[in-house]
Amino acid sequence: MSVLGQAAPLIDWDWIARNIDQIADRSWQHLSLTAVSVGIGLVISVGLAIVSLRWRWFYTPITWVTGLLYTIPSLALFALLVPIVGLNATNAVIALTSYTLLIIIRNLVAGIDGVPEAVLEAADGMGYTRRARFWKMEVPLALPVIIAGLRIATVTTVGLVTVTAVLGLGGYGYFILRGLNTFFWTQILVGVVLSVALATILDIGFLFLQRLLSPWARRAV
Amino acid sequence: MAGDPMIRLENVTKVFPTSTRAAVSDLSLDIGRGECVTLIGPSGCGKTTTLKMINRIIEPTSGRIQIDGKDAMAIPAHELRRSIGYVIQQIGLFPHRTIAQNIGTVPVLLGWDQARIDDRVAELVEVVGLDAEMMSRYPSELSGGQQQRVGVARALAADPPVLLMDEPFGAVDPIVRKRLQSEFHDLRGRLDKTVVFVTHDVDEAILLGDRMAILNIGGIIEQYDPPEKVLAEPASDFVERFLGGERGLKRLALLPIGEADLEPGPFVDVSVPPAEARRVMEQHGVDWLGLLDAEALLGWVDGALIDDTPLRELEPRPFLVTLDMDASLRSALDAVVTSHARVAVVVEDGVYRGMLDLDAIAEGITE
Repeated sequence: MSVLGQAAPLIDWDWIARNIDQIADRSWQHLSLTAVSVGIGLVISVGLAIVSLRWRWFYTPITWVTGLLYTIPSLALFALLVPIVGLNATNAVIALTSYTLLIIIRNLVAGIDGVPEAVLEAADGMGYTRRARFWKMEVPLALPVIIAGLRIATVTTVGLVTVTAVLGLGGYGYFILRGLNTFFWTQILVGVVLSVALATILDIGFLFLQRLLSPWARRAV
Repeated sequence: MAGDPMIRLENVTKVFPTSTRAAVSDLSLDIGRGECVTLIGPSGCGKTTTLKMINRIIEPTSGRIQIDGKDAMAIPAHELRRSIGYVIQQIGLFPHRTIAQNIGTVPVLLGWDQARIDDRVAELVEVVGLDAEMMSRYPSELSGGQQQRVGVARALAADPPVLLMDEPFGAVDPIVRKRLQSEFHDLRGRLDKTVVFVTHDVDEAILLGDRMAILNIGGIIEQYDPPEKVLAEPASDFVERFLGGERGLKRLALLPIGEADLEPGPFVDVSVPPAEARRVMEQHGVDWLGLLDAEALLGWVDGALIDDTPLRELEPRPFLVTLDMDASLRSALDAVVTSHARVAVVVEDGVYRGMLDLDAIAEGITE
């Protein structure tokens, strides 16, 4: 408390100016960890969703396993992975990716399942092949739900990236952790404000993407 | 129905995997070129299954289906379907595509160039009575009736010789349904299409079908005849029960006034002397007189008012209802029971053609 007691300003703008390069580096780290994790999560989810859509019995064990992964506390998962991959970015990406799977797969399958039966029958009746029907009807119509899934997964991941500070990464979480250790409010606030801002920007970005790709859906999903 | 049938079902059977009983059992049916056949029957009679086997939305378990002399099984299902128009009750417009894109679906699949597709879409918009300004909208912005018009336009887009319709007007409200039915009736007159039309509405089947096939559970054909014949001579108790009451009225609805014998009735020209007018009334045993002026209908006057005043100076009262030759005998009957004089007056282009009373209408269906 003694540090705070010296009536230092809550925000030390000089510190921010002096560390602007480091803030930029951490921004990039935060964004890239998020993007890589959600990206890999999407690729894996698409694969698992396709398998689930073709062989229905596969879907239950998939949601079971991904649901189980989702329940593991992040700190515990990082620790669990240390003996296997070490204390590094790989560890972080594996953990972060595993948290995205449940949300993305569920929305992929729900999106495709949500395409009205009448639309599918009409498409068959017009003479679409199975493959064309999937790409021209089912995927575009599922897109709002799929993007909604990516949106939730991304915002969740932005939050979880801060926790990877314990692995020496953390993006903005690095500032929060350091600031807490030294009771340096400027650092804490920089980490908190920027990570919230990043989550908000990505959230709004996905919302716009959703509107852009599905102008026909008047209500946001 | 010259030559070979457009659609021929031969001993077609469908057993669904989840059932031991056949949904359709050993069904044979010929549908002529340019004919509209309505399939009707209680639920579980296999009418929809039968329809969907024609474009192989449901694959038959056994039997043969020929379309225009060609085996429907011999070509890939998606190619077969591009040459068959398909309209379903739930409409099934593609929500992510504009109305124009929806209508142009099959032409796009067939690889038409864009200019030709645009022309065709514009043409169809007129054919089904849609607004051209709707073309850039999405289906969710249209009413149910408008959506089904788009559904019909989409089915007609590539000008297929065959149109399959599965309760197409079942999901819209009764007023819109009536309008869509009569529009479709007119449309059929202009387009040379072979239509198979599934419905559970007896009146719809009678109105739209050149022939109606009445199916019993398991796809058994109880009767396959023109509506007039079905109504006049139901082939079985099942058919009779299925048609329900008011069969006479339903038959009257099918017969135009032109088929009945019109009577001259107590109508005279305003130039005849009043004494002659009274004689005509007496002869017909009525207390009213219809007045004509050189064949044009003027109206009627109460017999009590006819004294020695020249007829031309009387003020005739108009007939509340007059009918033209195309009107049905059922509407003539309605005119009889609602008119003061108990007759239906038939006028065409202002010219009096004759009248019908109850006996004349009854004769129309008993002869």
